[in-house]
Amino acid sequence: MRPGSEARQGLVLISPTLAYSLLLLAAPLATVVTFSFWTQNYLDIDTTLTLDNYRKAWGEPIYRILMGRSLLISLIVTAVTVLLAFPVAYFLSFHVRRRKAVWLFLITIPFWTSYLLRVFLWKVILGYNGVLNSARMGLGITDEPLTFLLYNMNAVVITLAHAWAPFAILPIFVALERIDRSLLEAAEDLGDGPLRRFFRVTLPLAMPGVIAATLIVLIPTVGDYITPRLVGGTDGLMIANMIQTQFSKANNAPLGAALAVSSMLIVAAVAIVIYAIGRRLGGRTQ
Amino acid sequence: MRPGQGKGLLAYAIAYMVFLYAPVFLLPLFAFNDATIIAFPLSGFTTEWFRVLWQTEALHEAVENSLIVGLSTAFLATLLGACAARAIARYRFPAKRGIVGFIMLPLVLPEIIVAVALLVLLVQLGLKLSLWTVIFGHVLVCTPFSIAILNSAFQGLDRSLEEASLDLGETRWGTFRRVIFPLVLPGVISSLLCCFTISLDEFIIAFFLTGTDVTLPVYIWSQLRFPTKLPSIMALGTILLVLSVTLLFLAELFRRRAARRQGLDPAVSGGFL
Repeated sequence: MRPGSEARQGLVLISPTLAYSLLLLAAPLATVVTFSFWTQNYLDIDTTLTLDNYRKAWGEPIYRILMGRSLLISLIVTAVTVLLAFPVAYFLSFHVRRRKAVWLFLITIPFWTSYLLRVFLWKVILGYNGVLNSARMGLGITDEPLTFLLYNMNAVVITLAHAWAPFAILPIFVALERIDRSLLEAAEDLGDGPLRRFFRVTLPLAMPGVIAATLIVLIPTVGDYITPRLVGGTDGLMIANMIQTQFSKANNAPLGAALAVSSMLIVAAVAIVIYAIGRRLGGRTQ
Repeated sequence: MRPGQGKGLLAYAIAYMVFLYAPVFLLPLFAFNDATIIAFPLSGFTTEWFRVLWQTEALHEAVENSLIVGLSTAFLATLLGACAARAIARYRFPAKRGIVGFIMLPLVLPEIIVAVALLVLLVQLGLKLSLWTVIFGHVLVCTPFSIAILNSAFQGLDRSLEEASLDLGETRWGTFRRVIFPLVLPGVISSLLCCFTISLDEFIIAFFLTGTDVTLPVYIWSQLRFPTKLPSIMALGTILLVLSVTLLFLAELFRRRAARRQGLDPAVSGGFL
C-alpha cells in the first residue's frame, strides 16, 4: 500500500467521528466562548462584545467564593480519594495473585449504579433522621442525632470521594502492574528496607498512575452539580449550581457562559500545574 | 512480600469495599421495607413500592424515553466509535494524536460544560429541545468510551487474516463483513451495552437538553423532592441496579470473549477504562 493512500484511508475512516466532534463539541464550545462576551438585555441578547461578564465572574464576591469553594472541595476530594485508593491498588497489584479481575469488577460495580441515586443514598445515610443517626441511637450510642453530617462541605467531600473511587484505583493499579518486579528485588538486594524501597522505587514508578488518577478525579468534580445540590445545603453549593441558575432562573445565559469558561480555564491551569509537578517527581527515574 | 503486610492490606481493602458498597446495599433494603420513612430500624417486608411503580403512568413514559435515547445513543456512538477505533488501530495519518485527543476530550471535560455548550448552540440555532438533542449530547460523551473498548478489539486483529482474505479474492466490504466484523463482534456488543448503560444513567446533559419529554434520571430527580415518593424511588433504583449490573456483566463477558478469540489474556487487556 502506498503511504499516501494509507494516510487518506485513515483520515476518511475517522472523518465521521471527527466531523461529529467538530459539530457537537468544537462548535458549541466556540459558541459558549462567544456568548460569554455578549450581554443579556432582559429578553434579548446584546451582541456587542464586552468583558462585563468576566468582570462580574472574577470580581463579585459570590462568584469568587463559589469558584474558590469548588476548587477547594475538588482538591480535598482528589487528595482523599487518591490517598484512600492507593493502598487498595497496591494490594491488588502486589498481594492478589489470581482473582485480580474479580476484585476489579467488584470495585467497578457500585460505580455503574445510578449516580443520582448513589448521591441520594448518601443523603439518606448522613441525614438527621438518616441511617447513621438512627443506627447510632438505636444502638444506644447517643441520644442526640449528629447534625454536622449533612448539608455542608463534609457531606459533599464524602459523597464525591465515594463516587470517584474506582476512577482513582484503576489508573494507579495499571501503573503498579507495569512496574518490573526485578527492580524491587534489586533494591532489596542492594540493601533498601521495605519503606525505603517503596519511596525510592515503587512510588516514583507508580507516579504516572497517581497523576492520571489525580486529574481524572479533579477535573470532573470541579463541575459537579448533583452532589452539592443534594447534600451540600447552602454552604456546600458549587460553581456548577450557579451556572445552572444563570441558565434557568436568573435568565442570564451570557454570565453563565462566562462562569463556565472561567471554571474551565481554572481547571485547565490547575491540571497543567499538577501534571508538571508529577512529571518532575516521576521523571527522575524514567 | 511479608505476610503480615498482606493481611493488613487485605483488611483495609475489605473495609474499603464496605465503604464502596454501603449505599448500594441500602437500596434493596429500603425498597422492600414496609415504611414510608427511609430510616432504621426496618419495620417489615413489602412489595408495595414495586406495585406503585407499576401504576405510575409518568414513570412508564420516562422509561420509554430513556430506552429510545439509550438505544439510539448506543447504536450511533458505537458506529462512530468503530470508525475511529479502526482508523486508530489500522492506519497512520497526519495529526493523528491531535485528532484522537480532540475526539476523546469529553472524557475529561466536566459534563456541565458539555451540557451548557450544547444548550447554547442549540438555542442559538433555534432548534427545539427534544429527545434528539439529548441523544446528540449522549453520543458525544459515549463515543470516547466506545473507542476505548473497540480500540483493544481492533488492536488485537491479526493483519495477515485480512490480507489472506483479500488475496483469496474477497472485496474490501466482503473482508470486513466475513473476517473483521465477526472477530470484533464481541467488542461491538460490549460497546453497545456500555454506551446504553452510560446513557441510561446520565443526568446533567439530559437535564439541560431535554424538552417536555424527560428521561428516567430527570424523572427521578423531579421525584426526589417528595418524601412520600421516596420508597418507590428506592424500588426503582433496585430494579435499575439489577439491570445495569446484568448489562455490565454481559459487556465484560463479551469483552473477555473478544480478547480470548484473539489469543490475548482477558484479564490483562484492560477493563472498562
